[in-house]
Amino acid sequence: MSALERYKYDVVVIGAGGAGLRAAVEAREAGLTVAIVCKSLFGKAHTVMAEGGAAASMGNVNDNDNWMVHFRDTMRGGKFLNHYRMAELHAKEAPDRIWELEMWGALFDRTKEGKISQRNFGGHEYPRLAHVGDRTGLELIRTMQQRIVALQQEELKEKGNTDSLRVFAELTVTEILKEGGKVAGVYGYWRETGADILIEASAAVIATGGVGKTFKITSNSWEGTGDGHALALKTGANLVDMEFLQFHPTGMVWPLSVKGILVTESVRGEGGILTNSLGERFMFKYIPDVFKDKYADNEEEADRWYVDQDNNRRPPELLPRDEVARAINSEVKAGRGTEHGGVFLDVSKRLSAEIIKKRLPSMWHQFYELAGVDITKEAMEVGPTCHYVMGGVEVDPDSAAAIGVDGLFAAGEVAGGMHGSNRLGGNSLTDLLVFGRRAGKGAADYVKANKANPVSDAAIAKAAAKIEAPFARKGGENAYSLHQELQEVTHNLVGIIRTGAELREAIEKIADIRKRSANIAVSGDRKFNPGFHLAFDLDNMLLVAESTAKAALLREESRGGHTRDDFPGMNSTWRQVNHISSFDGEKVNTKAQPLPVLPKELFDLFDVHELEKYMTPQEIAKGGSN
Amino acid sequence: MARTLKLRIWRGDSKDGGLQDVTVDANHGEVVLDIIHRVQATQMGDLAVRWNCKAGKCGSCSMEINGKPRLACMTQVASFPEGETITITPLRAFPVIKDLVTDVSFNYKKAMEIPALVMPAGMKPGEPRMEQVDVERSQEFRKCIECFLCQDTCHVIRDHEENKKSFAGPRFFIRIAELDMHPLDILKNRKHTAQDEHGLGMCNITKCCTEVCPEHIRITDNAIIPMKERVVDVKYDPVRWLGSKIRKREGIV
Repeated sequence: MSALERYKYDVVVIGAGGAGLRAAVEAREAGLTVAIVCKSLFGKAHTVMAEGGAAASMGNVNDNDNWMVHFRDTMRGGKFLNHYRMAELHAKEAPDRIWELEMWGALFDRTKEGKISQRNFGGHEYPRLAHVGDRTGLELIRTMQQRIVALQQEELKEKGNTDSLRVFAELTVTEILKEGGKVAGVYGYWRETGADILIEASAAVIATGGVGKTFKITSNSWEGTGDGHALALKTGANLVDMEFLQFHPTGMVWPLSVKGILVTESVRGEGGILTNSLGERFMFKYIPDVFKDKYADNEEEADRWYVDQDNNRRPPELLPRDEVARAINSEVKAGRGTEHGGVFLDVSKRLSAEIIKKRLPSMWHQFYELAGVDITKEAMEVGPTCHYVMGGVEVDPDSAAAIGVDGLFAAGEVAGGMHGSNRLGGNSLTDLLVFGRRAGKGAADYVKANKANPVSDAAIAKAAAKIEAPFARKGGENAYSLHQELQEVTHNLVGIIRTGAELREAIEKIADIRKRSANIAVSGDRKFNPGFHLAFDLDNMLLVAESTAKAALLREESRGGHTRDDFPGMNSTWRQVNHISSFDGEKVNTKAQPLPVLPKELFDLFDVHELEKYMTPQEIAKGGSN
Repeated sequence: MARTLKLRIWRGDSKDGGLQDVTVDANHGEVVLDIIHRVQATQMGDLAVRWNCKAGKCGSCSMEINGKPRLACMTQVASFPEGETITITPLRAFPVIKDLVTDVSFNYKKAMEIPALVMPAGMKPGEPRMEQVDVERSQEFRKCIECFLCQDTCHVIRDHEENKKSFAGPRFFIRIAELDMHPLDILKNRKHTAQDEHGLGMCNITKCCTEVCPEHIRITDNAIIPMKERVVDVKYDPVRWLGSKIRKREGIV
């Protein structure tokens, strides 16, 4: 065997989406050396798929907007299960992060005054999403990518090399190594050659995104296999609130090959309406009590809102995503769905063909090319698709440090807490930037305060043996089949509507697949071998699925991205509880933990009558934590 | 299963390889990438292919399908007549790593050679004001998903390895054009460095790049030709030529 390829950096960032790249920029600008590791080519991360925009209360379109309104919307969207401090930091810092992108070259759509334009989105009181047509994620990732290149060019000019900031593309991390209980580096393999690689670093930032590939119908790319969630668990960190998964209400449903591909919420933001097979605009039937004063209960008012937002309530198509997804699910279950098991989404009656093609270019393209549907003339068929995981690594909000492991940080979708039980559209892109930056700074501060932590030979040998194992087995399980089995289990038993009995069944089945996965055999050699890659990704998905099923079984209520058929209502007592998952080397253990209490200054931002809908009388009487 | 497909897939690595025949089922509405995945899951567990989003947004699954550079996720099986054998090969302009995966690092090296955006000194975050019409010119080029199909099809490098050193390729001509037309960028002479350092002059505007662009960016008409025209204007306009010489003599105002 040839000598192990090894490197030393101050900080290693795992993941090169929006959060990872923003973290890397921050740590590099703090003077540290940074390695960025990503599973794909540089610039292909799932951030590229974000369509609608980035929520920031710049107030460019409606100057009533400010961080407090944004904070309130975020907490409402998350049904008050959010970590208040994360929602607060996010709302306060999002505008600066957007303006900073503009300084790095991003070109957002403009208002008439030449400012960054902002669009309406579900759950946001004012037009708040900075956007570029419906390809905002691409703009964000390209801008960050080009910022990384700019930093490399600066170093090249000064020193003649780019050693301080390197992108390790197409590399999978299999393990975060610890020495003396603290992070010491990461171990993994190059996808291209299959060769092992060690990057020593005393701080690691996990920014690996989501878990969608655990499910059968998802808007996520192949990379969304929960790697960071699983790495964090295996390193000794905790996951918080893994029961909350966002099923985006509008994914494509036909043809089968595109089932799950995202249809941006901007379609509804731009005036698209949802109807069932009877032609009913059904969302009016599904406005929950907590939102009755903010959403129109008749078509006339809903339609007027598009021209006069100050004097009319919003159309119910723009309710938070969990509400719309459940409504569509109910319509289809009641037999009022389309031929292919969805509902209709139509923007052609509200906007001209020219405007649709200008504001929703990639949607037009996507339906025309993949489904043969011209959305300027006819309705789309849509249905829920697994889109986003609200749960994730439990972190300290200010530094993004993972609770329980020194030197470990997490930001973006892989981190939990920010979005509570349900994320508002548009809050993800600014989450990436706000907490990506904070994680980069947190890691930099940590490295400056701590000595280098060399990796031992024993740890290397152990990590290497794990990668080699599937090649040694002959005639074992097939990773592709096990992955499909897992997706069936999660889809059928841990999906959009859950019951206790089904969750218990799921936990058993996941355990069984996990047991069999220890016997996966791989054909071919190490060189760019997708079967070999999937064996490792699958192990991560299994841990994620187990965490989700166990947390979902504990939570006996329905809230946001967690709906229990056997416990249909929201319950104020459950709002006081987070679910913390940890890994003991054999299985995931999930327990309840009290939710941090809203401090008085944030408590006072709300009308107390609104809080009464979410909180217990005791909490209301206390009026915040101080 | 709606139909049975005959495929010829190139398999091999930098040393050796060839086309292999495969028969596989295809469902209604499927794209070539679906078929490749089915082959992977059922017949060739180690068949190497790059892909990410499967929605035409990330530009990872670039390959050649019946000789044409295309995204496998946006190529409908139904677009091929019943009975036709579909031949799938890796991008020809780049070295093969394995099967359908090529080494596209050439593109990342070229990206490093294009000077980054330079903002006006003193410009603060939140200050920029730009008209929609002014940002739209660059926005067209920022739609690029970096699939590198334009690079692959460009005959300046497709069959001329020796040109790679001095030729950035269409993807990076639109990057230069994007910065050149960026309302805030103040770096001068981008067009001239495109000509002198990045090989703009080697392009003879056959528009092959525009034809293969999955984002329908008008690479030749909106980026390459306008830059060529202005480079020519300045180079051959005697008054401007004289102007440029005078300005170069330092100390004379």
